[in-house]
Amino acid sequence: MREFIKRYEGLWLFTRSPAVILAAIVALTILIGAAFAPWIAPLDPYDLASFSLMDGLLPPMWEEFGTSRFPLGTDDQGRDMISSILYGARLSLIIGISAMAIATVLGVGLGLAAGYFGGRFDAIVMRIADIQLALPAILTALLIDGIARGVLPTDMQQSLRVTVLTLAIALSLWVNFARTARASTFVQMNKEYVQAAVMQGQHPLRVMFVHILPNILGPLLVIMTVDLASAILLEATLSFLGIGLPADSPSLGTLIRIGMQFLFSGEWWILWVPTLFLVALVISINVLGDFLRDVFNPRLR
Amino acid sequence: MAYFIGKRLIQSVFVMLAVAFLAFSLFRFVGDPITQMTGVETSVADQERLREELGLNDPFALQFMRFTGDMLQGDFGFSYRTRQPVAEMISSRMPATLELGVVALLISLVVGIPAGVYTALRPRGAATQAILMVTLVGVSIPTFVIGIMLIFFFGVQLGWLPTFGRGGTVTIGGWETSFLTVDGWRALILPAITLGVYQLTLTMRLVRAEMMEVMRSDYIRFATARGVPMGRLYFRHALANTMVPVITIIGLQFGGVIAFSIVTESVFQWPGMGLLFLESIRFVDIPVMGVYLVVIAFFFVLVNLIVDLLYVAIDPRLRIKDVS
Repeated sequence: MREFIKRYEGLWLFTRSPAVILAAIVALTILIGAAFAPWIAPLDPYDLASFSLMDGLLPPMWEEFGTSRFPLGTDDQGRDMISSILYGARLSLIIGISAMAIATVLGVGLGLAAGYFGGRFDAIVMRIADIQLALPAILTALLIDGIARGVLPTDMQQSLRVTVLTLAIALSLWVNFARTARASTFVQMNKEYVQAAVMQGQHPLRVMFVHILPNILGPLLVIMTVDLASAILLEATLSFLGIGLPADSPSLGTLIRIGMQFLFSGEWWILWVPTLFLVALVISINVLGDFLRDVFNPRLR
Repeated sequence: MAYFIGKRLIQSVFVMLAVAFLAFSLFRFVGDPITQMTGVETSVADQERLREELGLNDPFALQFMRFTGDMLQGDFGFSYRTRQPVAEMISSRMPATLELGVVALLISLVVGIPAGVYTALRPRGAATQAILMVTLVGVSIPTFVIGIMLIFFFGVQLGWLPTFGRGGTVTIGGWETSFLTVDGWRALILPAITLGVYQLTLTMRLVRAEMMEVMRSDYIRFATARGVPMGRLYFRHALANTMVPVITIIGLQFGGVIAFSIVTESVFQWPGMGLLFLESIRFVDIPVMGVYLVVIAFFFVLVNLIVDLLYVAIDPRLRIKDVS
């Protein structure tokens, strides 16, 4: 019943805030557009035969020389901007969501275990978390990426690029989950239902994941949205720096990097279209995250 | 007091040792140093001789001790890519990054603290709502996009400020500074704002939260009742008590400033350590990567030590009893 009221209250708050509704619409539209990119996008940016240099640098359709064939214009290679962005957002979201998922599983697992067992295990996990917290996420991700470049043979580098990037981002984001899960687990450990389960002799894994986890989901959900935004930003930043995805399979960050070359020459759409898209995506996810925090943490309202 | 600082010093030494160990492991296990140093024509026998000469067959602990000893004497090895001494490469780039970071941090404090105080004192004002809205957007926009936007408006559209490089610099005693020329200052403005914006929002939000907390406390109410003038109440009584957490965060932010300077330096082609680090990652130049890490960790530890000393200066309670 309490859960029901909570959910109902969330829905009521949701309908009261136009900014949150707008953010949800934007995020959902981008998510659907990215998920169905191969079916929605007019052209396939990975297919070299589908675009020609003759169509290069066409402006959006409302400008002079723009055509309705390319509503948002084309880049220097003649690739349709809409298609590039949809496929780029697809890659950004795939990497962002999987990195966030890996970080969640790793962080929550370690945090739960640290909170449950305490003692030396807890001390080790938390020391590692402290050290990593002192290093900003972007530095950690860059380092992991650099190490992967040194360790992996050259011919595997390209095929494993997405995996390396995802892992680098995941490993730089797990700390938040671990700390939150640990702190919430400590609170739950003193409650009677946990002590009852422990005294019944239930397996620690069962106590952790069946009994404790459902009761600490609220704060974790908030961190998941915040970290999804961070993961997408991290990927975009790495790709922008030229460390992430290459130009033949561009993510949003790579597209912005390419667009930078046209900053001084007047082809504004090549830069600003993907930039606006990325910013809209991240802002809407952050607004949703703030909203979730308010719902789960009524004290802050 | 002395105990407190002594303890922090020992902790710092351990942190530095841990980072040195990380850098050493990078150097030793990511790729083979010998294949990096020799060409394809070098025979296997020569490679083995070089390995023996460089002591790479010695026990791990001995190698690590030698590595740390060399570092303490300022010998940081040679870059795989340029064959120059790493110490020279890093120290020639250091002034650019430090000047950029310090100015960015100053911007974040000079704007962030007053804005935080204002938004805490007038939580329902229109200006407060506007400022909070802007900071939400500021947190969501990636650093590099802020840089691109600034370049676009002030560099390309208006043509007021340079968009890349450091402009004119003057070298004083080996330190290449851009503080002494007008040109250097003009080149510094856009990168420093880009780097400072994110830290500014953090500072502002923290000061706001702390200030609101303090304003609710009893001693502020008593002071109000006693008729303490507003300016004195806000800044002498309230703000002073928010400073300890704020200073802690500034120490931690320094790490953020250095890390994000990698991005800012890339956008503005600012010739600092961050750009060097990026190049070293792209070319898997392990010695440069490792030394960059050690140098960054050193600054981080140093700043946090200074912060600990500042506590004592700011909070008189710490001078009386030992806080362990």
